[in-house]
Amino acid sequence: MAQDGIGAAVRRREDRRFLTGRGKYVHDIVLPRQLHAVFLRSPHAHAEIVAIDTAAAAASPDVVAVFTADDVAGLNGVPCAWGIAGKDGRPMKEPKHPLLASGKVRHVGDPVAMIVAESVAAAKNAAERIAIEYRALPAVTEVAEAAKPGAPQLYADVPGNLCCDWAVGDAAATAAAFAKAHHVAKLDLVNTRLVPNAMEPRAALADYEPATGDFTLYTTTQLPHVARVLIGVLMLGIPERKLRVVAPDVGGGFGSKQVVYCEEGLVTWAAGRLGRPVKWVAERSEAFVSDAQGRDHVTHAELALDRDGKFLGLRVSTLANIGGYVSTFGPNIPTNLYGPLLAGVYTTPAIYCEVKVMFTNTVPTDAYRGAGRPEATYVLERLVDVAARDLDLDRVDIRRRNFIPANAFPYQTPVMLHYDTGDHEATLAKALELSRWSGFAERRRAAAARGRLRGIGIVTYIEACGLAPSRIAQQLGARGGLFESANVRVNPSGDVTVFTGAHNHGQGHETVFAQLVGELLGVPSDSVEIVHGDTARSPFGLGTYGSRSAAVGGAAIAKAVGKIIDKGRKIAGHLLEASEQDIEFKEGYFGVAGTDRRKSFAEIAGAAYTPPPSYPLETLEPGLEETAFYDPVNFTFPGGCHVAEVEIDPTTGALEVVSYVAVDDVGTVLNPMIVEGQIHGGVVQGLGQALGENCVYDRANGQLLTGSFMDYCMPRADDLPNIVVATQSTPSRHNPIGVKGCGEVGTIASPATLMNAVVDALAEYGIVHVDMPASPQRLWQAIQTAVPRRAAQ
Amino acid sequence: MYPFAYHRPATVAEAVARLRDSEEARPLAGGQTLIPTLKQRLASPDALVDLKGIDGLDAIAAEGDGLRIGALTRHACVAASPLVQDLIPALARLAAGIGDPQVRNRGTLGGSIANNDPASDYPAALVGLGAVIGTSERRIAAEDFFTGLFETDLEPGEIVTEVWFPRPRRAGYAKFPNPASRYALAGVFVADAAAGIRVAVTGAGPCVFRLAEAERLLSTSFVPAALEPLRVPATGLNADIHADANYRAHLVAVMAQRAVTAALL
Repeated sequence: MAQDGIGAAVRRREDRRFLTGRGKYVHDIVLPRQLHAVFLRSPHAHAEIVAIDTAAAAASPDVVAVFTADDVAGLNGVPCAWGIAGKDGRPMKEPKHPLLASGKVRHVGDPVAMIVAESVAAAKNAAERIAIEYRALPAVTEVAEAAKPGAPQLYADVPGNLCCDWAVGDAAATAAAFAKAHHVAKLDLVNTRLVPNAMEPRAALADYEPATGDFTLYTTTQLPHVARVLIGVLMLGIPERKLRVVAPDVGGGFGSKQVVYCEEGLVTWAAGRLGRPVKWVAERSEAFVSDAQGRDHVTHAELALDRDGKFLGLRVSTLANIGGYVSTFGPNIPTNLYGPLLAGVYTTPAIYCEVKVMFTNTVPTDAYRGAGRPEATYVLERLVDVAARDLDLDRVDIRRRNFIPANAFPYQTPVMLHYDTGDHEATLAKALELSRWSGFAERRRAAAARGRLRGIGIVTYIEACGLAPSRIAQQLGARGGLFESANVRVNPSGDVTVFTGAHNHGQGHETVFAQLVGELLGVPSDSVEIVHGDTARSPFGLGTYGSRSAAVGGAAIAKAVGKIIDKGRKIAGHLLEASEQDIEFKEGYFGVAGTDRRKSFAEIAGAAYTPPPSYPLETLEPGLEETAFYDPVNFTFPGGCHVAEVEIDPTTGALEVVSYVAVDDVGTVLNPMIVEGQIHGGVVQGLGQALGENCVYDRANGQLLTGSFMDYCMPRADDLPNIVVATQSTPSRHNPIGVKGCGEVGTIASPATLMNAVVDALAEYGIVHVDMPASPQRLWQAIQTAVPRRAAQ
Repeated sequence: MYPFAYHRPATVAEAVARLRDSEEARPLAGGQTLIPTLKQRLASPDALVDLKGIDGLDAIAAEGDGLRIGALTRHACVAASPLVQDLIPALARLAAGIGDPQVRNRGTLGGSIANNDPASDYPAALVGLGAVIGTSERRIAAEDFFTGLFETDLEPGEIVTEVWFPRPRRAGYAKFPNPASRYALAGVFVADAAAGIRVAVTGAGPCVFRLAEAERLLSTSFVPAALEPLRVPATGLNADIHADANYRAHLVAVMAQRAVTAALL
């Protein structure tokens, strides 16, 4: 095995440029004669546009063009890539999402005009000279309010703001399960709205070559090929062959950059119209009102249990807020990626989940790290804790009683998913050990002596990722396949260039894919180069999201490498005068079985490009390059157990996360350092929601109250303890390399884990639930309202 | 950012003259508030008068029974000054906790107090210690200087040049941070000085204020427990998504106790 192959903690090769400021992001690309675009956005949450006067802006110094809805009326809107159907089988309501607001604005930040000028400052000056007459309308930002009769209506043809009334599971079987229940545990909870806040704001730069009609769009996307279809073909009518999409270094996506946006389309269109490159770079405050946001559910959940604490049935009813427009994958997130996850790691035989997908006067929501699965895990794992409290059962014990046993895999849940492998007892045992669970009572006593409330929380979870088997995805509404591509080009001197359809925006693909190829070819990983993010270079691929890149993109690479080895075996057979069937490939050498005759991989590559006389050019093509498309047989199912310990100062409500242990089964570990980093980052992102992140709109007027980091509470290093990360692997059977995915597990498990710990810390006050975020004010208020209750008892 | 003229005078007199040239001119010190405000196009001064070219405004010196600190002294320099640490350690610790390293290495004492952000730390120290502010024109007692939300007693064209802090017998500061911005939701500076006990509160109201009830309780006994009976009225306190007025009032009482604890360390 190569020293730097699968399983080696190879340092990330991309970090040299990232850490030395040598990354090349969209904003770093400067084209000759480039223009700058600025978008004028709605200050209203909901209003009619009565009149727009752009004359003064157009006459403003250095302004080249000002565009409004009328100018782009001939273009299509922002397309949705995943349509869903309601429980009655009818498709969701999908009103047009115009590139510039037409007639009406539906959220603060809705773009109304595009100003293109010689400089950003000139464009901003002009934007201030656009006169827009609005007629303000009542706005609704909260999903529960939007569902009420008499709520402001966003669309004339979408009654009740209801985009889709969706369900999964067997309602009758679930009702029957509840009818025979010994106890029903109930919980109402809110999953807060989040702002993604990638370190690099979105940006787009488009170029047009009039002589050929070719467009190039440099943009911050996680899925360049998909963006080319959605922006080029569907939005603008530019054929794929005439649009090259380049996603260079991208500073974080977290789902917000798997969405395609009007700005990307508009700069492309404007570059063509004006014959000059057009660049747009979002400012942070602009990102707060224009990047697709995450979560935003209101849920009622009930769990039916028998006398022994076995789960009989689960019933979940959720209102999901998708904002003012249908985003690229928006409707799919709170439905297909949510309801089917409610089985968790348990044998609950009957599950029924209803989701009302609602429009409101807010920024559209879409995938945000975890995308649906953190929401499901939060509902289920909070509810299990409530049930344990109700029945006076130990929280570990109630989980164990309901685990899908390791020997029951593969396992079919009542809500669509077919789990391949897992050993939840093993991850639980390891987490209990690493968290010193059994010694908690003593730590709680010691904390109490210091005046602190100490709590411990546990979550056992599973998630579905590795999106996705195309056939299943299409049945669920995906408007395309979900395979991945790879092209492996062996160069004449024997080094290797790999072109992947996946996209690296922080995951470490350039390192880990090279390790994979190095391992499979028996060559050092530093002789392998990974190329991604350019539709002109890589074969059509679906991009990176849903923890899919190793499971689907890695499998595609492995498949292409397999084809390389097959051809190498043919070439070697001729060079070594042996039958192809007798050629073994091992540790970088093609050899004749049972002999010492062999050729190195580099020698075979050389022969492929400089064919010796023995090379049968008549029957075997020269060259050594193969392409593969891999469509997974199923999702992958990472899972595990997380434990958090917290201390609360009851005097102020201040919370300290004292310890955090993550034990995850991510399948085969390709690079343990990268896996640890991904889980670490994921845990922190989830803790961000549990501790402080919360996107708040003013109920009265729909204004965003948390429009900057002054009010939107991002997690900081000193909010966090050292995080213990361990893996406990059962390789996946759903792909050839056994990986499951590690990009989102941390975010999926950690909000519920932290909140379970918080509620445990407050248990002595009789508190059974606290909504996120566990801010000091919220915890202090919870204690204040509970103290009198406790005193009264 | 809108265009503006930029001046970098070498003397206080010249700076005052430049500021008086135009009603819209603004003095620039560390720029930690003004520059972001300009970048967001929320202010449009026709001229910036950069005070950083004036020599001698960033000195720290013992003077009388106290400390004289120049208006352009950066927070990090106050925090790291052996003189401040020796004479008024609570002031050094307060400065060490302002904002983040970037703010502390750019932001200045004079800039901070002239801006009078309701959640900034320095006003609590100035009022708590009974400091005297020296300007290009006069000397002003701290209590008279901070007049309201982002309001001070400064006249147009008047520049803060220094602050004189009397040395207390003991003093302490405690703040509870806004979880998002890390500004003070409630910050309390407590000083036991020749002039008596002073308790000053920042972050909780529209402007720094003294807490007479806490001062009375601590005058009997300068220990945290003396503040047990303290009830801070919520009336008139700030309220936002991070802390309503009741929570802020409660935090003021808790931080007052913690400030006393810090003073006794």
